Amino acid sequence: MTTSQPEATPTPNSAVGHDPAFIEVERFSFWYGAAQALFDISLEFPERRITAFIGPSGCGKSTLLRNLNRMNDLIDGVRHEGDIRLDGTSLYDPAVEVISLRKRVGMVFQKYNPFPKSIYENIVFPLRVAGRGSRSELDETVERSLRGAALWDEVKDKLHESAYSLSGGQQQRLCIARAIANRPQILLMDEPCAALDPVATLKIEELMMELRKEYTIVIVTHNMQQAGRCSDHTAFFYLGRLIEYAPTLQLFESPAKEQTEAYISGRFS
Amino acid sequence: MTSSTGNKRVKGEVQIWLSGMGLAIGCLMVGALLALILWRGLHVFWPQEVLHFKIAEGEQTVEVFGQVKDRGASGVRDENDEFIPQISLFTGHREVFGISYRTVREPLVLESRVAQGVMVADRVSGGAGMFLPSHLVPAEGDEIKADDPAFVDELRKLVRQGNRLRRQIRQIERIEIGRVNDRIQAEERHLRAARRAGAENLEEIRAEVERNIESLNEDFARLAAQAGEKRQELELARIHFRLGDGSEHEHAVSNITRFHYPNQLSLGGKLAEFGRGLWAFLSQEPRDSNREGGVFPAIFGTFVMTILLAVMVTPFGVIAAIYLREYAKQGPLVRTVRICVNNLAGVPSIVFGVFGLGFFVYGVGGFIDGGARHPWPSPLWVAAVVGFFAVLTAAVLMGLRLSPAPGKPPAGKLLGAIGGGLWVLAAVLLLGVVAKNPYFGGFFAADLPTPTFGTGGILWASLTLALMTLPVVIVATEESLAAVPRGVREAALACGASKWQTIQRIVLPGAAPGIMTGVILAMARGAGEVAPLMITGVVKMAPSLPIDGEFPFIHAERKFMHLGFHIFDLGFQSPDAEAAKPMVFATTLLLITLVVVMNLSAILIRNHLRRKYAASSF
Repeated sequence: MTTSQPEATPTPNSAVGHDPAFIEVERFSFWYGAAQALFDISLEFPERRITAFIGPSGCGKSTLLRNLNRMNDLIDGVRHEGDIRLDGTSLYDPAVEVISLRKRVGMVFQKYNPFPKSIYENIVFPLRVAGRGSRSELDETVERSLRGAALWDEVKDKLHESAYSLSGGQQQRLCIARAIANRPQILLMDEPCAALDPVATLKIEELMMELRKEYTIVIVTHNMQQAGRCSDHTAFFYLGRLIEYAPTLQLFESPAKEQTEAYISGRFS
Repeated sequence: MTSSTGNKRVKGEVQIWLSGMGLAIGCLMVGALLALILWRGLHVFWPQEVLHFKIAEGEQTVEVFGQVKDRGASGVRDENDEFIPQISLFTGHREVFGISYRTVREPLVLESRVAQGVMVADRVSGGAGMFLPSHLVPAEGDEIKADDPAFVDELRKLVRQGNRLRRQIRQIERIEIGRVNDRIQAEERHLRAARRAGAENLEEIRAEVERNIESLNEDFARLAAQAGEKRQELELARIHFRLGDGSEHEHAVSNITRFHYPNQLSLGGKLAEFGRGLWAFLSQEPRDSNREGGVFPAIFGTFVMTILLAVMVTPFGVIAAIYLREYAKQGPLVRTVRICVNNLAGVPSIVFGVFGLGFFVYGVGGFIDGGARHPWPSPLWVAAVVGFFAVLTAAVLMGLRLSPAPGKPPAGKLLGAIGGGLWVLAAVLLLGVVAKNPYFGGFFAADLPTPTFGTGGILWASLTLALMTLPVVIVATEESLAAVPRGVREAALACGASKWQTIQRIVLPGAAPGIMTGVILAMARGAGEVAPLMITGVVKMAPSLPIDGEFPFIHAERKFMHLGFHIFDLGFQSPDAEAAKPMVFATTLLLITLVVVMNLSAILIRNHLRRKYAASSF
């Protein structure tokens, strides 16, 4: 673990745009029925970095996150304008299948949601639905994913017990293990620590720093300290608009916009 | 007035008492009902003391052996409006008294004392017997007096022998002669089929069939003779006995299937006799127009029917609920469908019975037997077949086009409506093509006009009940599908599962316990239903079980017996209603027990599922 102390913030090594942009959001607007949730948002995320979305509730940060793997398609009456590109291809390209897209973009939810199955079956679920089921591959994936989620040592002796026998923090790490089982390129995390206690939160944060080496991570958080501790870039949203997007250190120490400063200094939330 | 709430009652406490009282009254009534059924139902099998009664009847005095079944529960008022209690006396011996019960005004009973040495016998005909045995006349050898120590053993041996002989006769008459009859029918069917087909060598076939039938008739005669011999053998050993008034009677020992001396039994002996009586009730077939013997065929029929019902209702209900909850676009149409489904649950069951009779029995059953009654002419039918495939192809192509391509808005409402319409049209055409096929002459045409499937049977009865209980399963399944947390659905989708994979691997296992609950409710409702069964396949006395050792083992077309109908038949269609009353209680107890046992096993399965998928919160 490189960061065992919360204040040892990893320094974003460059300004936005210097890294190759991996995810590009271009003039993206989004509606739930008649209500517009996102207004003309443009953003670029570099590869193998952690990008944090912050902002008060209802500001659209989760909506944008859930558009990155098109989870919002499940809702009736949604509509969008603009485009999101992943590694150069549009998410909305007719040739892109939602299912294969979701295999490239793993997701971790706010409330840990393991399946009512064994630990083992939870992790191999993405492989099983993809029709890959050779015993050795499954075993290998389980060990790799659990090690990747720093859970292997705790559960290696009870892989076939129910996932619900684990503690909350362990269950959330199990969900992370499940999300990386299919080797996605991108990991979306929607307030992954909101339902966890501080110790479990710290563990997840340490884990994120490890995962950063392999995955492009986008995290939505309400916890400003968390954004400050572990992200490379931070985007501040307010009322469906992107207010400011900058390297984390810069955004927290010298925000360019007054609204950003008001928010991070806690004058409104 | 120091504090505003002081000694006042907290508001709403009265309502708590009221609702508690309501629950208590409900529980009390259900408990009383169960206790009554349990007591009266089990009491039937308890060996009861036999008393010797002297009853004044006009100028004379009548002496009988009897068991008091009911004392003081009923009575009459005399001219002075004074209440005179009556006792209900079970005397048995229908062959002597005409009925096996008599009601006596208590003051007319001059004397009642325990009758020493009385035997109570369960008999094949004439109902139960209560008598003082006097002597046995075996087939060969000397007669044995009742006070001879060897009497009981010898009698027991003879009774056992008689039971064995009756089983053998049954085997010959039911199974072996039945088999010969089946083969004779098969020959006749062969001839009819040949005649219908206009075979050229009809005369040859007729000659051969007649030859075969002749030899089968010889088999029949031989078997009948065998059975006759055994019947005669049954009549050889005789038992002589005296009734309460001292009159002498005699009949074949084989008329007795079981006997005991109730007044000499110890508690253990009574318990053993109780067990034997209960077991006979559970395992034997009814005799003597259902008043005597057991109810095994009815238990079996109820059980098979309920299982069939559950097997048929579950897939239909679950599939319908999945579509309604998971796939259908929630709107006025789906709401209407849901209201209709809920209303179906309120339709009187007899209406379902009438529908089952009209649709399943006469419609589908008649079609299976003899093909379409009014087939379409061939050219129309061929056109319909072609049309069906054309519409099907169009509907599939439309479906492919309609499923929204990535990034494109879903197809318009009009196109969607056309697509749906095509599917409906295809279904209608398929129905017509099958039901109006001029080339299908039925599977059992040669048996007509005797119907095979075109008459009530266990399959049709179960299908009717499945239809009746469908709403229960649909509603329960929908509820449990809706209760599967959104989180795990999203997790599955985010893992790259398709919608169907999500439903199949995550939602359905999670909803399984709730679905089981629905099936349990459906089974409970179906098992206790009588009205629709009476017109779709239940009979008073079925000659054979719906499942037996004869090929093809499961006879879905057979009529069957049912405990619920048995209760109705015993209690309200029997000439000797008083005699049937205990059996009504016993049968009711059994029906309730059967339903409880089936529900318990379903609940055990559900709990197992619940443990397996620990997340579920139902």
